[in-house]
Amino acid sequence: MIRSAIELPAGPEDHTVARLAALATLAWMAEALLPSPLPGLKPGVANIVVLYARFRLGLGAALWVSALRVIGGSLLLGTFMSPGFALAVAGTLGSALGLVLAAALPGRWFGPPSHSVLAALGHVAGQLGLAAWWLIPVSGLVWIVPVLAGGAVLFGAVNGVVVAHLLASPGETPPAVSR
Amino acid sequence: MIASVARTMRPGDWGVLAAAFAGVAALASFAWSSPLGDRVVVRRAGAVYAELPLRRDVRLAVPGPLGNSVVEVSRARARVASDPGPRQLCVRQGWIQRSGEVAMCLPNQVSIEIGGGRRPYDSLSY
Repeated sequence: MIRSAIELPAGPEDHTVARLAALATLAWMAEALLPSPLPGLKPGVANIVVLYARFRLGLGAALWVSALRVIGGSLLLGTFMSPGFALAVAGTLGSALGLVLAAALPGRWFGPPSHSVLAALGHVAGQLGLAAWWLIPVSGLVWIVPVLAGGAVLFGAVNGVVVAHLLASPGETPPAVSR
Repeated sequence: MIASVARTMRPGDWGVLAAAFAGVAALASFAWSSPLGDRVVVRRAGAVYAELPLRRDVRLAVPGPLGNSVVEVSRARARVASDPGPRQLCVRQGWIQRSGEVAMCLPNQVSIEIGGGRRPYDSLSY
């Protein structure tokens, strides 16, 4: 076997990001298989992993986990480059924007639930924005907006509380160190 | 369980949550209620018979095949006050005031529809 001339050494943080991305992908796919009363209304458990990465490893790592999750998940589900994939990417970009905005909040007062709710609302905004611009006339979307936004706030808060508990649980050590 | 949830929520988190729910409520009231109309369109046999502004209280008799249907406008609302039809569906519908709302007296071929404002989607007229 010929050795590759290009070496990309992966550090411990890269491994952690990859592992979290795999976990997020799994959670996302499991959720994609579950029936939903409304398209787009989902608890978003994969975001627990993204949010965990956000607080354990930082914003950059969280964005990596999120990006790898949407690409990897769509490849595995066979939706890569489909309209559904475009919607997923728009949602991911929206939630990334939410996380970036949330980073400006003082951490003393605003914990994971705030980040989670902002990211969830960004996700809905990104998806609806693309859907309105590209797929569905706006008038057909208006009535569903409060349902999706309300779901985002509710599930976002729940996921945020879950992450806050994960971070606060005793014996919790940063995965980069535990490796 | 509730106590531990309350512990993990920082003060700002409650603020974000409250603001988000208030935003959703505002969104819902905006998206789910059509605005009040400003006029009523009276149709007879499919053709527009009269257009009345809701600002002025008025009663209008609309002749149909069975007799007169009486349309009444009062306090920015409209209704079919009386109708010669057998089932009185349009009369029993009562007052309508939101843009896009319709009351139809099919036997007498008379209908009233609130117009004006931002017109919502309506499968009847689409």
